[in-house]
Amino acid sequence: MDTYGLGVMNAARAPSKPCAIKPLKLSPALGGALAFLGLNRALPLLHGSQGCTAFALVLAVRHFREAIPLQTTAMSEINAILGGTDNLEQAIDTIFKRAAPAVIGICSTALTETRDDDIAGDLKLIRGRHPEWGDLAVVYAKTPDFLGSLEQGWAAAVEAIVEALVPPLAGPRRSGSVNVLAGSHLTPGDVEALREMIEAFGLTPIILPDLSGSLDGHVPDDHVPTTLGGTDAEAIARMGQSVLTLAVGEQMRDAAAALERKCGVPFQVFGRLTGLAACDRFVAKLMAISGATAPEWVRRQRSRLVDAMLDSHASVSNRQVAVAGEPDMIRAVAGFLGDLGVHTAVAVTPTVAPDLAAVVGGRLIVGDLDDLETALGEAEAGDVDLIIANSHGEEIARSCGVPLYRAGFPIFDRLGAGHRVTVGYEGSRELLFALANLFIEYGHHQRAAGLAPSANPIGGAREHAPASSH
Amino acid sequence: MANRKSAALFDEPGCTTNRAKSDTQRKIGCSARSLAPGAAAGGCAFDGAKIALQPIADAAHLVHGPIACEGNSWDSRHALSSGPQLFRTGMTTDLSELDIIHGGEKKLYRAIKAIVERFRPPAVFVYVTCVPALTGDDVETVCAVASEDFATPVIPVDAPGFVGSKSLGNKLAGKVLLERVIGTREPATVTACDINLIGEYNVAGELWQVKPLLDRLGIRILAAITGDGRYADVASAHRARVNMVVCSQAMVALARGMEERFGIPFFEGSFYGIGNTSDALRRLADHLVRAGAPADLADRTEALIAGEEQRTNDVLARYRLQLTGKRVLLYTGGVKSWSVVSALHELGMTVVGTSVRKSTAEDQDRIRDLLGEEAMLVGQVPAKEMYRRLRAGEADILMSGGRTQFVALKTKTPWLDINQERDDAYAGYDGIASLARRLHGTLTSPVWAEVRRPAPWTLTGLAS
Ligand code: SF4
Repeated sequence: MDTYGLGVMNAARAPSKPCAIKPLKLSPALGGALAFLGLNRALPLLHGSQGCTAFALVLAVRHFREAIPLQTTAMSEINAILGGTDNLEQAIDTIFKRAAPAVIGICSTALTETRDDDIAGDLKLIRGRHPEWGDLAVVYAKTPDFLGSLEQGWAAAVEAIVEALVPPLAGPRRSGSVNVLAGSHLTPGDVEALREMIEAFGLTPIILPDLSGSLDGHVPDDHVPTTLGGTDAEAIARMGQSVLTLAVGEQMRDAAAALERKCGVPFQVFGRLTGLAACDRFVAKLMAISGATAPEWVRRQRSRLVDAMLDSHASVSNRQVAVAGEPDMIRAVAGFLGDLGVHTAVAVTPTVAPDLAAVVGGRLIVGDLDDLETALGEAEAGDVDLIIANSHGEEIARSCGVPLYRAGFPIFDRLGAGHRVTVGYEGSRELLFALANLFIEYGHHQRAAGLAPSANPIGGAREHAPASSH
Repeated sequence: MANRKSAALFDEPGCTTNRAKSDTQRKIGCSARSLAPGAAAGGCAFDGAKIALQPIADAAHLVHGPIACEGNSWDSRHALSSGPQLFRTGMTTDLSELDIIHGGEKKLYRAIKAIVERFRPPAVFVYVTCVPALTGDDVETVCAVASEDFATPVIPVDAPGFVGSKSLGNKLAGKVLLERVIGTREPATVTACDINLIGEYNVAGELWQVKPLLDRLGIRILAAITGDGRYADVASAHRARVNMVVCSQAMVALARGMEERFGIPFFEGSFYGIGNTSDALRRLADHLVRAGAPADLADRTEALIAGEEQRTNDVLARYRLQLTGKRVLLYTGGVKSWSVVSALHELGMTVVGTSVRKSTAEDQDRIRDLLGEEAMLVGQVPAKEMYRRLRAGEADILMSGGRTQFVALKTKTPWLDINQERDDAYAGYDGIASLARRLHGTLTSPVWAEVRRPAPWTLTGLAS
């Protein structure tokens, strides 16, 4: 049933679909804003009309269960026609006066990119008129709605941060300093786990963006109108002096390359850090840069993951899943599952990502959750044991009678979305257990249903076999 | 669709607030103030229009625009349907750069076609958002052609976000209903006890807390506009004998329009609290009797009220002791502030402040009447100020929408959700009992004392 198109092996947009139904795609500006939230004392500012900000805000609040600082340039109809420079200037000035952030992260929207305004140029002029802003950093990421999804917006913001805040002549290399460019698929918990892992080798990571500082659900002693925690601008300025950039997620490749171009810091991209082999590669790299060997706790964690793989292999092998989400989430989850003998029968992603075909054994669709539902409808019963998607997948899973493992963004109907760790040996083990338990539970139901006699029930008094009631 | 005629919406003789205004004030309108750049954002007009129309559950709701408008917001509201779920299915033309450059009209037409063929909805609402409004897509014409071609009403909703606030969007949606939907069908039957509820969206199932009461009185909801709505019901709403506008200033214009066009009288009321609920039932009965319903309806209504009030008060007695005197800070969109205030008073609680940022002057007067001078009416409260007040212990509980939730919780102050996304229904007699139960549960939770415990390292004088 594969449809081919776009010159990409087994990846195809549903033919001539003129609209998205149950969209999987999110606005890139939301992704950009989330990236800026990983900077310390930052305030993301969406350049557009107020509703875009309100929707992004509500979604981020529901996912992280945190107050989210996010502002709007509040473009009205008239501003949209005449141009938004005044709004931009007024917004920055207001924020500067009221919130005194270290960084204002501007994310454009479709509305403000449709006119082809020269936002970067305007910002230079605006800046010139406001010497009083001093060392306030103003970073502009181009994130119109029509350029991808959340991941692209996040990547654009990280690249913009590198371009704006890392000086080209950074100073001497600092041995032991490594950059980590963290993709949007990593939770605050993931980032924290990465930091611990890297520090275990005596290295000093500069993590960008660092949601583990800002959106980790801590209870501060006072209210601040900006982020509290996250990467410091001063640390970002030192990224050019690091010995290596570890880019976590394919989406971070361009930003890592930009940093290399600018400051000559070499980089390595880790498509995923979930799974034994993936973690081993990462650890090997950390050993190589640090010259240190792995500490005892890292060894123990690896050993426990190996043990978990042994314990669970019978429950997971030959299982089939469907995955929907942004490409790096799929790389991590489907890639890991592939290592375990779980087949990804269907994967749906909102944007084209040619390399995913290598990760996904089954059908790869560029589309929406409706495409997922359709693909599942076409599959044979029992073809898919589990759906992995964001909270919007709940209905689909229920109608297919298949369990849902929530992953990606947004997760608004479960607590702790920001704390789940699926990277590193330990995170991989946690993910493995969660998935295996779902297979076990669901498989139990399925087998019972399959075995129960549907005709000729046992016993003379019964009229109907208890087919699938359980 | 340049001619949006938003200004005409504010020429609202049915709204007492507006009647009291001078000419210039009236032109400025009551919710068209534009937001200052650099502020925290509220919902846009598109959001407001969608809130008001989306509960029509069997219709398709197609959002014409780039991804942000629908991709970030679909299926996030808790308006419930007892039947069709099509309304929850997010649909958007997801305009690409090329669509924007070349115009999105063809794509929109194809999208409508695909949706009609696949889902066979009784109607398609097409929401215009900022970008196609700016580039000038002729959505009106596309919808007219599509209606014709597919023999299905395809209704343009011209409320792009940048024209104003959520409440303006509500109004624009009311206008769409009045001009394009209501009166286009006839109900299968009519009774002398037919009513419409306007502005009741069945959030968390609140309509279902009210409907059984009306059922017992033999009052039929011809159309709920639009909670748990069906297109055909809304389209034949013009045969009702009376309209009740439920806690919604924004929908008064619709009721007024229906009065002018179809001669249906209306009143504003609320189902929050015992008093408000009883009052609403009385007024419904009264209007219906005057319009020809059996005269005994009034007596039966009184009997029902007496029984329900008694029963509810018995239930509330269980919670009253712990709720009495507790101080509430109420921070809502404002439209329902006054009705929630009176409900809280019935629980013996003290309202120490309520937001009036979106309330009209009339609402503010009502609140002042209820609260007297001591309570503060607050406008937009910046998060920092909210934090300070709660931290200083100015209230025992904050009732607000989800967005201020985490400001409150970080101060370790009890909080209760009263906005759109909430899971609990608080309407009618059963509703106030649920509200009391929730407030009681939150306020008496041992967790507050627990989370305020000092950390061991802040305690001095311990052996080191
Ligand atoms: S403000 Fe405009 S572009 Fe933004 S969500 Fe609202 S309608 Fe869409």
